[in-house]
Amino acid sequence: MTTARKGRRSRAKWPLRVLALGYVALLIILPVGTVFFRAFQHGIGTAWSAVTTPDAIHALMLTLLVVAVAVPLNTVFGVGVSLILARHRFPGAWLLDALVDIPLAISPVIIGLSLLLVYGKTGWFGNWLAARGIEVIFSVPGIIMASAAVSLPYVVREVLPVLQEIGDEQEQAAATLGAKPFTTFRRITLPSIRSGLAYGVTLTTARVLGEFGAVAVVSGDIAGHTQTMTLFISDSIGNLDPTAAYAGAVILALLALGVLAVLARRPEGRRRWQSRSDRSASDSELPLLSTTSA
Amino acid sequence: MTLVEGHLPAEPPDGLSVLSHSRATAGRVPRLALRALGPSLVVTYLSLLVLLPLAAVLDNAFQHGFSSFWQAVTQPEAVAALKLTFLCSLAVAIFNTLAGLVIAWVLVRDDFWGKEFVSAIIDLPFALPTIVAGLTLLALYGPDSPFGIDVAGTKIGIIFALAFVTLPFCVRSVQPVLAEIDRETEEAASSLGAGRLRVLMKIVLPSIAPGLLSGAGLAFARALGEFGSVVLISDNLPFKTEVASSWIFSLSQSDELSSAASVSVVLIASALVVLIVIRYLVSRFTVQDAP
Repeated sequence: MTTARKGRRSRAKWPLRVLALGYVALLIILPVGTVFFRAFQHGIGTAWSAVTTPDAIHALMLTLLVVAVAVPLNTVFGVGVSLILARHRFPGAWLLDALVDIPLAISPVIIGLSLLLVYGKTGWFGNWLAARGIEVIFSVPGIIMASAAVSLPYVVREVLPVLQEIGDEQEQAAATLGAKPFTTFRRITLPSIRSGLAYGVTLTTARVLGEFGAVAVVSGDIAGHTQTMTLFISDSIGNLDPTAAYAGAVILALLALGVLAVLARRPEGRRRWQSRSDRSASDSELPLLSTTSA
Repeated sequence: MTLVEGHLPAEPPDGLSVLSHSRATAGRVPRLALRALGPSLVVTYLSLLVLLPLAAVLDNAFQHGFSSFWQAVTQPEAVAALKLTFLCSLAVAIFNTLAGLVIAWVLVRDDFWGKEFVSAIIDLPFALPTIVAGLTLLALYGPDSPFGIDVAGTKIGIIFALAFVTLPFCVRSVQPVLAEIDRETEEAASSLGAGRLRVLMKIVLPSIAPGLLSGAGLAFARALGEFGSVVLISDNLPFKTEVASSWIFSLSQSDELSSAASVSVVLIASALVVLIVIRYLVSRFTVQDAP
């Protein structure tokens, strides 16, 4: 019987295999390959000089600065929210859980717009900020806030399930033995969430590096001033300088491949992008939103 | 929308002091203060970055009453953009769910050289900045296409871009479920004389249906708001290839903020409704599955 089934299976195998691999090749592998080809089409020198102009370097530096500020902030926030949600029961926990996921369900352009409506010139806090000479929108703080807002959920999504899985027996034991909360966190909690935290930070970094829509709305996009790497790429296309666009894209694509290498190490079960909603949810938790976008 | 307005308790919830650690002896007052600090910081951060801004979107959308909201979202260019966005998102959600099923099937049931690589590459659209994704598609399927396929400035181009960014959701929501299916049930069915198609329809499909559904829902919601990957290949032709997020973007840059907020409300509400309905359906399916 097994041979009969195997025979049947192998006949059906090839068309499916070709279909699946063909789709992946046409949609992902070929296009990404083409960008590398286009970037180096006129030689490595041309590509190099296109991404070493002052504007390009400034854009790259700004992107790195945004990563350096937004990622640590979101990491602290993410671990904090995860600890609160995993270790305490309180009315409204489900709401906090759902609210954290909101940026994933909303267009990045709308997130940018929403910040504009609060911190912009005519926004809710516009007068207050202007009176103090603080510039948020069309300036670096706005870019950082937009990037932090869109990448807010990732650390929570990765860390919270791990915290819930491991339970708090060890933490309780440490506390009973006289360890201070911070010591317990450093010696017990942190080591056990380490890999989840690493994935969360990686996803956050990837998102911040590549954010376009939200940043485009709030940045004002002034070359050499408020232009991030992604804005540099889109402007270069607009300015008919495709080599600069492709070369810039190669830099970001290489970083993305690094991210991919980290993600590929995630255990199979964790690779689904709506992991949190699929936990056999413990009674009180019912996350409303569960989508992920980049 | 109640989500946005519902405020979180600003003070640390009562439960905090009850549960957690059993060391009630240690200095009580400073620790209580310390415990309040964490939750308040977290809620403040969330409010400053997400909650207040979203409340501002609602506020701006209905600033001059419902009629101005309605006027903003029924303006011809807005209607065209919303219609295009919904149609393309729906098409992509359906098509990519099928494609995702085939890919997940091959990744789980088939074995070939380089499978690990293909499995890893599925997540590339997720890791790749959306503007780079748009550029890659433009390079291959734009005016300079090496294959002579130019879909820039067409709906097909938009669908390509949306298919690219939503593929990981469609594959990854089915793949783990498929991997967990008990093969013995299938073998039992086929040894009892069930044909291949019958096994597929009666045994495999019911177990992966929730995965397929949630994949389609995630893809649809994501596609509704997609911007970066679409703008380059769509050329943003008003009434033709201008998607909703791109219309919101241009409104925001020309200072028509309350119109932008109005269209945003439609987009946010649609995404939330879809996600909640899908969640409900998935939970229905899952309950029925349980023995």
